[in-house]
Amino acid sequence: MRKLDWALGAVLALMVVGASACGSSSSSKSTASNLPQKVGAGEGALNLIAWEGYAQPEWVKPFEKSSGCVVHAKYAGSSDEMVTLMRQSGSQYDMVSASGDASLRLIDGGDVAAMNVALVPEWKNFIPQLQSPVHNTVNGVHYGISLQWGPNTLLYNTKSVTPAPTSWAEIYGSKYKGLVSVPNNPIQIADAALYLSKTEPSLGISDPYELTEKQLDAAVELLKKQRPLIKKYWSLASDEIELFKSGDAVIGAAWPYQYSTLIADHVPVQQIIPSEGATGWADTWMLSAHAKHPNCAYKWVNWVSSPKVQAEQAISYGETPVNTKACPIMETISKGSCETYHANAPAAYFDSIKFWKTPVQACGNGQSDCEDYTTWQQKWTEVTG
Amino acid sequence: MTSSSIAAGAGAPRTARVRVSAALFRRPWLRAVLLLSAPGAWFVLIYLAALVLLFLSALWKVDPLSGKLIHSWTLQNFEQLVKEPVYRTIALRTIGLAAATTVTDAALAVPFAFFAVRVAPKRLSSALFVAVLIPLWSSYLVRVFAWRLILSDKGILNWFLSQLGIGAAHIGYTNWAMWIVFSYIWLPFMILPVWSAVERVPDSMIEASADLGARGFRTFRSVIFPLILPGIVAGSIFTFSLTLGDFITPTLVGGAGSTMIGNIVYNNVGVANNVPFAAAFAAVPLAVMGIYLLLAKRLGAFEAL
Repeated sequence: MRKLDWALGAVLALMVVGASACGSSSSSKSTASNLPQKVGAGEGALNLIAWEGYAQPEWVKPFEKSSGCVVHAKYAGSSDEMVTLMRQSGSQYDMVSASGDASLRLIDGGDVAAMNVALVPEWKNFIPQLQSPVHNTVNGVHYGISLQWGPNTLLYNTKSVTPAPTSWAEIYGSKYKGLVSVPNNPIQIADAALYLSKTEPSLGISDPYELTEKQLDAAVELLKKQRPLIKKYWSLASDEIELFKSGDAVIGAAWPYQYSTLIADHVPVQQIIPSEGATGWADTWMLSAHAKHPNCAYKWVNWVSSPKVQAEQAISYGETPVNTKACPIMETISKGSCETYHANAPAAYFDSIKFWKTPVQACGNGQSDCEDYTTWQQKWTEVTG
Repeated sequence: MTSSSIAAGAGAPRTARVRVSAALFRRPWLRAVLLLSAPGAWFVLIYLAALVLLFLSALWKVDPLSGKLIHSWTLQNFEQLVKEPVYRTIALRTIGLAAATTVTDAALAVPFAFFAVRVAPKRLSSALFVAVLIPLWSSYLVRVFAWRLILSDKGILNWFLSQLGIGAAHIGYTNWAMWIVFSYIWLPFMILPVWSAVERVPDSMIEASADLGARGFRTFRSVIFPLILPGIVAGSIFTFSLTLGDFITPTLVGGAGSTMIGNIVYNNVGVANNVPFAAAFAAVPLAVMGIYLLLAKRLGAFEAL
């Protein structure tokens, strides 16, 4: 009994200390006033948080050689993970390849710093929509440099899935029960909402990221019905690649990265943008507010914005470069790739993709009855749990 | 004569050392303080403080957009845990799987340990002991990945079954796969305490049981099992608690509907940045283990460790 009293006393004492120590916290927001005016000498290292496939040796090795900045990349599996890594790691990482659903959260949290686009000459050659898009530019202040963009596709095994699918309905119907794989990511709700916006017009879904309670419930209902069909909710792109290789999954929602990796491994797969359209991403290299290697960071964005690296990454990952000068170089690397990856597509193609953005309470129509991202995360746990 | 001359030759440092050791000899409490201060500080600062912080943060919440902690007291996290049925499902699934793993491991470990200790010749017994320990030398991840390859659709298991003419078993990425992998991974932690428990059963008792006319099964039920039960309970503490807290196996070999408490905690810390909710949910296995340890203490498991 006395031992117990001791332990209790110690615990209580610690609680008091802990509570008083944690009572105050400070937060700092970065300002746009002190932008760097030139890129200085490199600091010798660059730590990145990136999507899998965004730091391939093909363009990282030459960069290290020419700049002297040794690149350390940590792959993140979802936008949520990127945001959390940036928030919890202090000054460990210099840059993050944030998608549109993460970038505003990072800006709001003061986790990223403003960048000077004048130090990135290639920026002038970007497609106009991604020079100052709303997901990385706030009040005219640039919080990062756009990188690449593309759709989330429907990936399927051409041997097992016949006839070839044309609609997202294939992953919501029971035909491929137990052979479906979709991302383990709350933003996946938007895919269901996009599908419902076409198949159930009575719900009145106009933007898959701006859902009222009723619309969100309908999407969640659809996803709950989908759950028995799922083999695995994949967390890393390599998970889905392995599922398709082993035959555990034959159809699913994917990124073009999985497609190009599987094709390189001679797995018979094909990817399409189904008739209902697709969600997509537009990525930005953002600079950490606590970056220890800012000069290397500027060297890096200049490097990946150059037409050559833009072309290499676009073909390697299977996405669309932001730099309009990349198209001819893509043609020299692989004939027809410029058109395949839509590098010369008209603006209508860009507008057809519903790009990831963070769901917030304020709907686009001036109302504030939409469900925010915290609710999306809870609903997603309900679906997958 | 010789000893006194050596003492004189050693000089001043020697006498100081003698004085210190004499002081320590006369004050046993001082010895205890010196010996225990380092591990005691470790225990209080690292272990207890971490637990306290865990409980404190469970009573906070997070600002959804900026991700900053809000340090005001609230029971919101616990409310959410109770209100949402999905968290009850996950908690029950985790506890159920931990219990299934424990029962499976006990069922495998008892006959194994009994054979190795009582039946096998000395050399075979040593070889079996090494065989139990060897898997612990390789990485946990490697062993889980190996099972993923074995159980996948085109894996070794299905190849073997098709050779036998039985159809393919679709247990890759299911809760069955998790049960198999957990039972495999934690088996050594059950075998070792059971092994030492079986070793401690006196031969005379088994002979006495036979003299009184008991056959094998009766001897096992009435003599051996009660004597090794503390060993089984001690092993079950390991298998149960290790399964309860795991999140890697569900991530790698689990499928849809394989989420465990550890995954929710991991996702809330590493993905959703909601540490308070993770802390609240982490209190569930802590409470379960607390109850379990109390029961285990009643059954005398701590004497068998």
